[in-house]
Amino acid sequence: MSASSDKLFTETPQVRRKLRQETLAKWVFAGMAGLMIIPLLLIIGYLVQRAWPSLSIGFLLDVPTHGMRDGGVWPAFVGTIYLVFLSLAVSAPIGILAAVYLNEYSRDNWFNRIINLAVINLAGVPSIVHALFGLGAFVYAARFGCSIISASLTLAIMTLPVIIASTREALASVPRSFREACWNVGATRWQTIRAVVLPNAISGILTGIILQVSRAAGETAPIMFTGAVFFKAVQKGSIFPYGLTDQCMALSMHLFTLATQVPDVKESIPFATAVVLMGSVLLVNTAAIGLRLYLRSHKKW
Amino acid sequence: MTPDPQIEIRDLRLAYGHKEVIHGISFEIFRHEIFGVIGPAQSGKTSLLRCINRTIDFSPDARVSGTIRVDGEDVRQTRDVHGLRRRIGMVAPLPVGLPMSIYDNVAFAPRCAGLKRKSDLDDMVERCLRQAALWDEVKDRLDSLGTKLSGGQQQRLTIARALSHQPDILCLDEFSIAIDPVTTMRIEDVLKELRQEMTIILVTNLTQQARRLADRTLFLWNGEVVELDSSEVIFSDHPGNPKTYDYVNGIFG
Repeated sequence: MSASSDKLFTETPQVRRKLRQETLAKWVFAGMAGLMIIPLLLIIGYLVQRAWPSLSIGFLLDVPTHGMRDGGVWPAFVGTIYLVFLSLAVSAPIGILAAVYLNEYSRDNWFNRIINLAVINLAGVPSIVHALFGLGAFVYAARFGCSIISASLTLAIMTLPVIIASTREALASVPRSFREACWNVGATRWQTIRAVVLPNAISGILTGIILQVSRAAGETAPIMFTGAVFFKAVQKGSIFPYGLTDQCMALSMHLFTLATQVPDVKESIPFATAVVLMGSVLLVNTAAIGLRLYLRSHKKW
Repeated sequence: MTPDPQIEIRDLRLAYGHKEVIHGISFEIFRHEIFGVIGPAQSGKTSLLRCINRTIDFSPDARVSGTIRVDGEDVRQTRDVHGLRRRIGMVAPLPVGLPMSIYDNVAFAPRCAGLKRKSDLDDMVERCLRQAALWDEVKDRLDSLGTKLSGGQQQRLTIARALSHQPDILCLDEFSIAIDPVTTMRIEDVLKELRQEMTIILVTNLTQQARRLADRTLFLWNGEVVELDSSEVIFSDHPGNPKTYDYVNGIFG
């Protein structure tokens, strides 16, 4: 061992200072990320604590009673499921197909630039404006009236741009070399997309759609004028209580109603409603993460 | 072997945006020959191949002019681009195994072309993998993923894929740069056998590889033809152009 290599690996004060800075930086960044957990835990803790007297399976299955001052949230829960399911059933196919066009087919011309601009701007529209649009377009102009259809379509337009964006990202994560290898053997663009691109982008696409569930479930304004109502008489525990042209109750709307329109409501009821809403959303998001982890582990390259 | 031009290129010009990369080149490639293309980087060799099989269409800012005739048919006017690409096999520099089973990798092109019967596909897959000198190594695991093979195996898989649509012309774009010398030698033997069935265009920056394999060699430099002659002349001590001698002997490029 020569003397010079000894000097190379000794811990000078400069080395020690760099190591301290490195550790400090790591803890600052980790701390910032860790802070994220605190608001979430506080919210969940506060809600559960206030909702405790009312939380039970019965609360979920029961209908509101005594002028909504007591009882459960079943019609609102089912209503939210209807709205989320129908709105994603419309926006997911349209969003995926649009994203496939934008990522796989479109060239840089004025037409496609306008489309891209439209998608970006649609994503930035405030939800109350979506609500007014839904009112004008679906409730009045299309003559659907206040109904589940109108509310679902309004929510679909709201979730569409984000589904397009996340699908495009999933498609772009498939390496271009796969597409080129397919084109070189005479496959058409569609054959390539069907055989290689879509199957390998599916995990990202599904995750993007599932994450929109929480958005569609939580928005109040877009459904307030277009299809959600204060109260609807529904049989306790029934699975298909609404027709498509009916109006429905929804958890987000129900929460707003209980908090502002119903005097003398039992204190734990609105909080329990919030717990049901948040719990459902957390459950769905966890499923999305689980799905993503499962599909990642089966990654084909 | 009487020279029978299979590919005729007349005054081909290619520009990416405002930058012209191929400046009006003209030459012919004869049937069943191994046609070498040598030249330093950025001389237009890959772009030339992409013009021939029309994958240049996938570069939005590429503008092509001039004629490229394959078997008398103008490639740029043809309506059946996918049929054209099936007549031309292409092997890229970096090995690519598609993210599907080895069987599906080789069966992909025939299926796209309409071949559906399992027995036909089985025969095709075995024949192509044998021709690409890969059959013995993978015959017991045709269901495993193509992406999990080694680099040399993936490159042979790419060749099997290129052969699966029974091309008349096989284009190899620097096929050996990412694989080991032993596999390279095996593939070179494969090419020597394949020339009986098809014309082979071998783009390479390994001048020794062109010397070993090519009948005639084109020296392309900065998008222009410097010299085109039989390999004996190009790699001799007195090629037609002194630049050729300098390049082959490593004095530049």
